[in-house]
Amino acid sequence: MVRVQAENFDPGVELDALLAGRTDIGASVSFVGHMRARNEDRDVETMTLEHYPGMAEKALSAIEAEAHRRWPLQASTIIHRVGPLKPGDRIVLVITASAHRQAAFEAAEFLMDWLKTKAPFWKKESGPRGDSWVSSRSTDEDAAQRWTASPKSK
Amino acid sequence: MKVLYFAWFRDRIGLAEEEIDLSGSKDLTVRDFIRDLATRSDGYAAAFEDMNLVHVALDMQEVDHDTLVGNASEIAFYPPFTGG
Repeated sequence: MVRVQAENFDPGVELDALLAGRTDIGASVSFVGHMRARNEDRDVETMTLEHYPGMAEKALSAIEAEAHRRWPLQASTIIHRVGPLKPGDRIVLVITASAHRQAAFEAAEFLMDWLKTKAPFWKKESGPRGDSWVSSRSTDEDAAQRWTASPKSK
Repeated sequence: MKVLYFAWFRDRIGLAEEEIDLSGSKDLTVRDFIRDLATRSDGYAAAFEDMNLVHVALDMQEVDHDTLVGNASEIAFYPPFTGG
């Protein structure tokens, strides 16, 4: 399940929804990304997430499908927020559920790594020194690259 | 064709989207189109200054600069993704 929304989300509610009625899931992993008040020595008061409507949902669905192809997942959830966010706000939620923990852990990490480099979202930071678009990080690209080799499990 | 600009492309060009008639330019590649756009104003020139940072989607599918624009109905220009 993939959602792009301005509103906040409740990780507990989303986990319950994903697990409702299921008795085949032995492990779930939830990852939440939060907004920090400091980034690379700059104070950030507001972070605005922009996206390409239509393509963002499509890209997230493709990434989710790829995770299901690589790992034996029973279910998954990806929620990405857009619009203005404040320090401490939740930005992104990834939940993976599987019969066993290894697939859930690995798939959650994979989803986050690919989502950061392969889905059309852009961050703009606003603070005392004005506005600036966040540049992409080579460490994120490296993190995504390590999954291009053959999958570890399944 | 609908042309979309995201993030600092929109800031520099001063537009979120515009309609550009590309009928009659059948062999146009993305790279050719970028070169044309870059001559439109200082804002466009600034947006397309560093070709390594110019990412492109045709009908919501990422493509490289050598791809033919063809009969896509939508082209989008944007910097590398920074979500998550």
